[in-house]
Amino acid sequence: MLIEQLSIFVENKKGRLAEVTGILAKHNVDIRALCIADTTDYGILRLIVDKPGVAVECLKEEGLTVSLTKVIAIAIPDTPGSLYKAVDLLAKHDIAVEYMYAFLNPKKDTAFVILRVEDNEKAIKVLTDGGVALMKSEEMYTL
Amino acid sequence: MERQYFQPEYECADREVLRDIQSKRLQELVKRCYEKIPFYRKKLDEMGIKPEDIKSIDDISKLPFTYKDDLRDNYPFGLFAVDKDEIIRIHASSGTTGTPTVVGYTVHDLETWTNGTARALIAAGAKKDDFIHISYGYGLFTGGLGLHYGAERIGATAIPVSSGNTARQIQILQDFGSDILCCTPSYAAHIGEVCRDMGVDTSKLPLRAGIFGAEPWSEGMREQIERLLNIKAYDIYGLSEIAGPGVAYECCEQNGMHICEDYFYPEVIDPDTGEVLPDGEYGELVFTCIGKEALPLMRYRTRDISMLIREKCACGRTAVRMAKPRGRTDDMLIIRGVNVFPSQIEYVLTKLGMEPNYLIVVDRVNNLDTIEVQVEMSQSSFSDSVKEIEAKERMIASELHSALNISAKVKLVEHKSLARFEGKAKRVIDNRKI
Repeated sequence: MLIEQLSIFVENKKGRLAEVTGILAKHNVDIRALCIADTTDYGILRLIVDKPGVAVECLKEEGLTVSLTKVIAIAIPDTPGSLYKAVDLLAKHDIAVEYMYAFLNPKKDTAFVILRVEDNEKAIKVLTDGGVALMKSEEMYTL
Repeated sequence: MERQYFQPEYECADREVLRDIQSKRLQELVKRCYEKIPFYRKKLDEMGIKPEDIKSIDDISKLPFTYKDDLRDNYPFGLFAVDKDEIIRIHASSGTTGTPTVVGYTVHDLETWTNGTARALIAAGAKKDDFIHISYGYGLFTGGLGLHYGAERIGATAIPVSSGNTARQIQILQDFGSDILCCTPSYAAHIGEVCRDMGVDTSKLPLRAGIFGAEPWSEGMREQIERLLNIKAYDIYGLSEIAGPGVAYECCEQNGMHICEDYFYPEVIDPDTGEVLPDGEYGELVFTCIGKEALPLMRYRTRDISMLIREKCACGRTAVRMAKPRGRTDDMLIIRGVNVFPSQIEYVLTKLGMEPNYLIVVDRVNNLDTIEVQVEMSQSSFSDSVKEIEAKERMIASELHSALNISAKVKLVEHKSLARFEGKAKRVIDNRKI
């Protein structure tokens, strides 16, 4: 149920994002989802890709600081209140969300939400018990 | 039986015997300077000192200081005490901070200097069958040729790799099986870092020691180099104006560097008043080249901040030791009135496990000095959380504050985004228009 997310340390410099995504393009890595946490001096680029292992290797080879973080992905109906239902479950069970980002599945009326929480096991249990569908890593990589 | 000392008759000499040698050599030096160098004759005449007034080494404090600017004013050969036909070698400083300073060597001077580097190599455990891998630059810079001659003098094998081309350095370390590496500490750290990136297991290399100098470096840097290269790292001290590396060197005790005081007589002075300071007190290191012919400088102001340790060392040497220099007076930054040496910042960073790649940027904003310390984010200390990265920056800033008593902004930058150095490192950018 856990998905490998790439976290890349990127300084706020013009063109840096192009360089990083260029490396991934060169190695034929397909990006499934992304978000950037930004501060004044740097950002953390977070990516879900089809080949996390290949991506980490090629980025490290180019000298980038990159790590793999285990995150959860849920699939929820693209209707009002669906996200509320999921995060409310987490809140009621005292699970803090460090960050999250979402994207739509164009083929179905479904939205995917990537969640980074402190306690993955507990969150998986709470969400499953509450009837929220979790994505398997293979499903995410091959979307 | 391995040699423990190269020249025990000097390195472990009875202090009284050594004093006699120093007194005799000082008298000869003053006489020669007076007779051969118009610059010194004029200075001594102005001060009313005649060579006969110098009777023992205790009279050294009567002599005038020599400054780097004196060498520049007499550029290139104005302070040479011998004719051109007696000079067999020339070295020069890089001249990055102005006119280069030029140093000449007679046959005897090269002998003196070579003995210094030979003593340093033996003190670091070098043996006759060792490969000495020399990655100091060869050329006008004294590092490469200095260690090269010392390596040959002790009968070891010198590998004159010179600096640069790090991949080839590592290939030679592996294929030739170098035993001792000689280069600047920043280059040693870089070689170690590249070994790690290339997946070279340094614990499998025959390399067992390194002799590193030509720039100030901290104990934290020593630990990092020792860990990265899996060796014991020795400090060596020298400056081209005096001879080059080998003026002083560390022994197995690693508690200060033994000075070749039969050639280079040391004093520590208050840089403001010129007063000689007692042993154990930090001040500016001053050398008198009592063992040199071509450029016999009197009381040369090194601008290096150190102190002298006179007690006999556990290694058996009696030669006085100098503490690891804290830095050079001209490297010293004055930030909001507080004196800061880059090596102090390096010490804090390396102690916290950060890699020894950093840049200090000083500026003046609204008449207030600002200091920013850029440190590279390493793979091992990177976390996915902004909160943790910010906490790390704050922690480093707070450690810097307690060590230096100034507030510095800490900025974590990308791995490998800061410059690497094959020779002397340049780690300070001062943008203040003063």
